Amino acid sequence: MKTNVIEAAVIADPDARLAHEIKERQRVRDKRAKLLKHLFLIVLSFVMIYPLLWLVASSLKPENEIFGDLGLWPSRFEWSNYTEGWNALPVSFTVFYKNSAIVTVLSVIGNLLSCSFAAYAFARLKFNGRTFFFGLMMMTMMLPYHVVLIPQYVLFLNLGWVDTYLPLVVPRFLAADGFFIFLMVQFFRQIPRELDEAAMIDGCSPFKIYWAVILPLSLPAMGTAAIFSLIWVWEDFLAPLIYLNDVNSYTVPLALRMFIDQEGQSAFGQMFAMSVLSLVPVLIFFVAFQKLIIRGIATSGMK
Amino acid sequence: MRKFFRRNTAGYVFLTPWLIGFFFLALGPILVSLYLSFTRYDMVSAPVWDGLGNYQYMFEYDRRFWKALEVTFTFVAFSVPLRLAAALGVAMLLDKGLRTIGLYRAIFYLPSLLGASIAIALLWREMFGLNGVINQVLSMVGITGKGWITDPDTSIYTIVVLAMWQFGSPMLIFLAGLRGIPRDLYEAAEIDGTSRFRQFRRITLPMLAPVIFFNLVLQTIEAFKTFTSAFIISNGTGAPADSLLFYTVYLFNEAFKFFRMGYASALAWVLLLIIAAFTALAFATSKYWVHYENERD
Repeated sequence: MKTNVIEAAVIADPDARLAHEIKERQRVRDKRAKLLKHLFLIVLSFVMIYPLLWLVASSLKPENEIFGDLGLWPSRFEWSNYTEGWNALPVSFTVFYKNSAIVTVLSVIGNLLSCSFAAYAFARLKFNGRTFFFGLMMMTMMLPYHVVLIPQYVLFLNLGWVDTYLPLVVPRFLAADGFFIFLMVQFFRQIPRELDEAAMIDGCSPFKIYWAVILPLSLPAMGTAAIFSLIWVWEDFLAPLIYLNDVNSYTVPLALRMFIDQEGQSAFGQMFAMSVLSLVPVLIFFVAFQKLIIRGIATSGMK
Repeated sequence: MRKFFRRNTAGYVFLTPWLIGFFFLALGPILVSLYLSFTRYDMVSAPVWDGLGNYQYMFEYDRRFWKALEVTFTFVAFSVPLRLAAALGVAMLLDKGLRTIGLYRAIFYLPSLLGASIAIALLWREMFGLNGVINQVLSMVGITGKGWITDPDTSIYTIVVLAMWQFGSPMLIFLAGLRGIPRDLYEAAEIDGTSRFRQFRRITLPMLAPVIFFNLVLQTIEAFKTFTSAFIISNGTGAPADSLLFYTVYLFNEAFKFFRMGYASALAWVLLLIIAAFTALAFATSKYWVHYENERD
């Protein structure tokens, strides 16, 4: 009904007809532009995930099909790449995954505790030197790890910690990763101060306020920090490479690297199969916590 | 006095873990590293004072040091602008009027999350190999490929491509920045008949300058620190012909393969100074091209 009225009006008034036509043309053009945009984004998406698809496909292909066949569908599924790859190295991947899990879980706990402690002090407590130390903390975020690497190694060697997980885990309990402190400070600052003040009047200690007021209200920030630290520790290569010498204590990334040294035996299928498995935990966390991850980056503006 | 203690106790108690970490894992090591850089130290015997010996050798005789600088600067010069351009381009495409943005965003961000892993470095090694998938694609359009990684002229660009592939995280930051630009600016420009390109130059770029600046500093630092991919793809050596001798790879080998800890410390300090210089340069020039909204006159 309404359209009829408009059409009638359009026919009656040439100016309106022109305006309508222009609008119509504009809409068609917008639609076409949008379609093109989608087309481009779909192609780009495909290019972006093709390497990952190729990795998964190669992990399932027979050895002679991996190179020399662009197709992603194996002629037959070579599940043995997974079962044999799991035991292809001198030590089974069960051990590597157990090691990685120990290091990762301890590191995440350490990061959450120590960084939220420091962030609470920076964001909420008043003390002399707060701005000064906050500035120092921001500067350590810029510091290349390679500059402190050698003295840290000498320190841990003298403590007898080389070939244990202590050099990988203890720094996490000492808030060594300023990124997480920064992320939490940003979040803690948004929590209304009236809550602390009310709790203080009720006689709560600073620790009680941290534990019962700030932490429960900061679950999104804690979650983001937990996920990022989990993924980074899981993928970390340099620190384990330096501190772990015994194959039995290797983490998954170190184990994967052993496949290159065995290249002569051409076990690419197995190497790719184990590579895929090493990415699975990261993928699961990405899919499950995508929103937290993406918001974490947008708000903190890091990594 | 007592008041002073009461005022400060809680703050410093909560700060204690960080303070211990700061002194033993950051400040202390930086100073020790500076000291070691003036010594010869093999970790077996005590460090021997050598004055400026390490630095003199580095600048006057060490060809591999200069090669490592060349490789790293080439990488930074290519990867940072390309990554940022891709990030900004895609962010602008995603910013306006698409409802399915979530899925695209996730797909484009995923490589940033996986890119640092060994699995991806291993994958890259094989994809760009002589029989790798890249050459198969090229042969379909009639180009005869080569071993992109084994050729010293092209090996570094495989890592540049890997860095570009990970444009997702700066893209997310750009997206957040684009959201902050008031829509009516574009609408006004549209009514005035301003072209899209002009809108980009006159509205988007100036409004986004702080975010671009932030990304540029961060990504440059990250690029200088690149290690894992170069280490894995060159099998830990920087080969072929030192074309993948990234600065960090060289430093690692000097320290943990040859145990020249004094020399490696000097290398580390030069890296620190380079990064500091770049950061300072960015901040010093920022007032000419970055204008923050709340301080406009």
